[in-house]
Order: sequence, then C-alpha cells, then structure tokens
Amino acid sequence: MLKLLYFAWLRTKIGIPEERVSVPDGVTDVADLIGWLRGRGDGYAEALANLDVVKVAVNQEYVPFTHPVVAGDEVALFPPVTGG
Amino acid sequence: MTVRVQRDDFDIGAELAALSDGDTGIGGVCSFTGLVRDLHPQAGEGPGTVRALTLEHYPGMTERQLEAIEAEARERWPLSACLIIHRYGRMEPGERIVLVACASAHREAAFDACRFIMDWLKTKAPFWKLEETGDAGQRWVDARHSDQNAADRWSELPG
Repeated sequence: MLKLLYFAWLRTKIGIPEERVSVPDGVTDVADLIGWLRGRGDGYAEALANLDVVKVAVNQEYVPFTHPVVAGDEVALFPPVTGG
Repeated sequence: MTVRVQRDDFDIGAELAALSDGDTGIGGVCSFTGLVRDLHPQAGEGPGTVRALTLEHYPGMTERQLEAIEAEARERWPLSACLIIHRYGRMEPGERIVLVACASAHREAAFDACRFIMDWLKTKAPFWKLEETGDAGQRWVDARHSDQNAADRWSELPG
C-alpha cells in the first residue's frame, strides 16, 4: 500500500486530499506511479497532464520522477510552491 | 533554532525582543515580514483585486523543510539565533503571513541569512496560495520564475 497526498490544484482536480492505494507490480518508481494514476480517471489525467508543474515528495523529501516507490511510502504530488 | 507553523497571527515586537533576549553578544537582528497584499501585478490587476488569501500547506513536510532551510543558514553564517514563523489558513490584505528573523554579532550575517531563508522558503517550503478575487472567484497563485532565480543565486538548490 502507498499513501498518496494531493495539494492545491492537484487536490481540487483529483477531488480528494489523500488516499491509500495498492499498485500493480510494474509500478516501481514515481514516473510509473504517475502513469498508472493517469488511467484512473479524467481528474487524475488532467491534474497530471503537464509534469513541468508537478512536484513530488516521497516520505516528505523532494525527489525526481525516477525515485523508487515501495510499499509503505508516503507520496505527495503538488504544484510548485507559492508560500512566503 | 525556532520554526513555527501556525494559524494564528504573531506579535513582531515580542518575537524580535525574545529572539535576542539574554544574549548580549548579538550585535544586530535582521527581520523580514511578508504581508497579504490586495493587488496582483503578474495578472495586471491593481489595488483591491485580491480580497483574501488562503494558505494551504503539507503538515509535517513543511516543518521539515523549514528546519532544513534554517539549518543550512546556520551552516553558512554565524548566527546567534534564528526564527521562522509561517502562517496557514485564510488571511485578508494587510495581515502578516511570514516572519523571518536572524540575529548575529555582525549585520552582514544577519542581512544575508535573512534574505537566504526567504529566497529558499519561497521555492522549497510546501505552501500554496489560493486567492479570492472580486469577480473571478478563486484561483491558485502560479509560481514565479523570479522566485526560482532568487533562490538559485545562493546555488546548491537540491530537489
């Protein structure tokens, strides 16, 4: 199981703030996960259409799309940050 | 040494006084306060456009990122004390969003560290602003290239 978190407009497009999912065996890194998520519905596909504006954190640390994901990870997907 | 992420407002005077209290080796405190403004220059919109901001954040990662940024500042400059307060939730124009304060024996370290923390915070701390506008309803604020450029000036930007 993975814990997935969505923030800002990714959250509103996908429609939920978080979920727990079991992913297929072929999903081994962040890019695989995003590809799999896009197939789950129009909201996911729209939210994840342009990866130039998607940032990823695994277990609360920024990672590239090539970072592995394993059972028990907390994976967050969100837009570039705008605080301060 | 102190990072706080909170919904409530803060008292700048009290925070700055407390930061240097009891350490007479401190020669200066440099602080930056970020405020909600009511205009949106990037969208070509003037005063009165923005009625409120709601700041969303990623509890847990936010604190970790701010602590990492503060630790990096303390590695780079000889700071006697350091404070980062960032609010979340809904705020109206004029309200305080963020306070960064750095204390050091010398002003150069205090000035530079304060600017560094703000520049990194803008591109690394997981906060997102949702603007309420008069006619358009709500919109998420886009990240700005100028903020990334400001952070890149300090180099070694991981992630």
